[in-house]
Amino acid sequence: MIAVELFKLVRRLRTWLSIGLICALPLVVAIFIAVTHLAPPPGQGSAFLSAVLDEGQLYPAAALALVLPVFLPVTVAVIAGDSIAGEASAGTLRYLLARPVGRTKLLVAKLLAVITFTLLAVVAVTVTSYATGVFILGPSRAAAVGTSPGGISGSIAPGAGGGPTAGLQAGAGITSLSGTPLTFLELVERVLGAMAFITVSMLGVAAIALFLSTLTDSAIGAAFGSLGALVASEILVTLNAASAVQPYLPTRYWLAWIDFFRQPIFWRNIDRGFAIQAVYVVVFLAAAWANFATRDVTT
Amino acid sequence: MIETRNLTKRFGHVEAVHEVSLEVRPGDRYGLLGPNGSGKTTLVRMLLGLVYATSGEISVLGQRVPRHVSRVLPDIGALIEEPAAYPHLSGRANLRLLDAAGPHGARRTRRRRVDEALEQVGLGGIDRRPVRNYSLGMRQRLGLAAALVRRPRLLILDEPTNGLDPRGIRDIRNLLIDLNAAGVTVFMSSHLLPEVAALCTRIGVIDSGRLVLQDQLAALQKPTGRVLISTNDPERAVAALDGLVERRDGEDLVVLSADPAALNARLVRADVPVRSLAVQRRTLEEIVLDVTGAGSDQFGGDVARGGTTPHTPREEDVARGGTTPHTPRGEEL
Repeated sequence: MIAVELFKLVRRLRTWLSIGLICALPLVVAIFIAVTHLAPPPGQGSAFLSAVLDEGQLYPAAALALVLPVFLPVTVAVIAGDSIAGEASAGTLRYLLARPVGRTKLLVAKLLAVITFTLLAVVAVTVTSYATGVFILGPSRAAAVGTSPGGISGSIAPGAGGGPTAGLQAGAGITSLSGTPLTFLELVERVLGAMAFITVSMLGVAAIALFLSTLTDSAIGAAFGSLGALVASEILVTLNAASAVQPYLPTRYWLAWIDFFRQPIFWRNIDRGFAIQAVYVVVFLAAAWANFATRDVTT
Repeated sequence: MIETRNLTKRFGHVEAVHEVSLEVRPGDRYGLLGPNGSGKTTLVRMLLGLVYATSGEISVLGQRVPRHVSRVLPDIGALIEEPAAYPHLSGRANLRLLDAAGPHGARRTRRRRVDEALEQVGLGGIDRRPVRNYSLGMRQRLGLAAALVRRPRLLILDEPTNGLDPRGIRDIRNLLIDLNAAGVTVFMSSHLLPEVAALCTRIGVIDSGRLVLQDQLAALQKPTGRVLISTNDPERAVAALDGLVERRDGEDLVVLSADPAALNARLVRADVPVRSLAVQRRTLEEIVLDVTGAGSDQFGGDVARGGTTPHTPREEDVARGGTTPHTPRGEEL
């Protein structure tokens, strides 16, 4: 069943179209930056973006930061929201269940397909943006130009140690947010860690959308419902008055993957981010199961 | 094969199926008839474990449903309302995908089984065009093929000839008769009476969620004890038949007699030119309309008053095609 869901995923034009669009945004941004040499000043704009003019190899991180807040969750919500509701409205759900495919199995297969999609999208963004970074922004320009003190650090406020003064060690390649240099291998490890974290970060949205997808026969409705939940969460995360609930919001630790680029890796928020997503998956998958397993399939 | 006991399903306050106890025996070609909205589809969905009954019991192929439905579904081929497929894939890809989705579909034999099923429904030479470009009839055939891929012992078909042209209807009817002869039990629901009359050996009639009639079709259609005669010389025929004539309508006579052969001999002896002579049987339409009310798509009084219609409508006669195994209207000479 899982193989079947993956087959359906890769055979759908929508999958590749959305991945293409997700990859296109960082490309467009890179072209603008490369042409104008106007990166956002440190501390403003998307994470890492201020640094990429100095270090093209960091562009994957900047690209992930670009697609994380909107593009990625929207596509994940659309695909997860479609998973049961889409089959129901197309009429294929009843044939799958009569095949027979167990309802629980179907839900799990759908969730796995969404995770696969997220992973595909994240990998695609990383690979294309690495190429973009190297070919359009150029590698290690900072070493040559030698301006921009602090490299990447400025873009993220709550830095742990280090700071702008640590500066870039000329010719040493890439620096962490903490200012210490990273070897290429370390960079690869950390990018992989960030990719994994971002993929997991999408699980909460996916589980909510999947749950809504079992409630309605409208794929759009389920997608918008989960996006509504996300937008609400993003608003509450920035609202001081809502600090009591903030640790439990699905988007609270979304940016914690940035901590992978600190030296040493700052694990606290990363761990919490993994944990909160796990809770969302368990709760909403259970809710989806409770609803779907007892529901009359009348479409 | 299928047995339900006091099966009831309520959706909120609406009772879709009420205390239905039906029985489909091995080897039957069972036709479930009923007006639109009478509960046919809900009943079919309950048999397949898609809709959960409010009360009552279901047993399919000897297993309790829905509890053990996953044990019996591999042996059942189903068409549930209209067929459905992924529109961007070809028919073949759809069948393979559906087969791969569940258990008991050996990968080794998949290609062959899919090709066979397509062959059976007359799509053997289908190209790779996506299903979105299929015609209504092709989709219907594909849906039937999907039901046949696993070589089921029991077919549960909701409106199997929907959207087919006369030739398609005949092809599918012959296919179902052949499969039945090979041991497959067929349970179909329909509101096309000529279809059911031509195909089924046993019928159930459902009305407002209640099973109002269930019997062998042959028993329901046994001769009424009347013979219909058309003659060029009705005066002499009436004289020759000596009081047996119940009703005369121009050149057509309704004669009370259980022995059409004797009647014919008598008319021949009296030198009456007979155009046609047929044993009167109740049509399926009369049988069904006798026991059912208006469908749920009708509101208000009857559209055309005047009792039950004596003949099946013309266009359905045409749609029935040429080679009907037994016609619903009796043995016309």
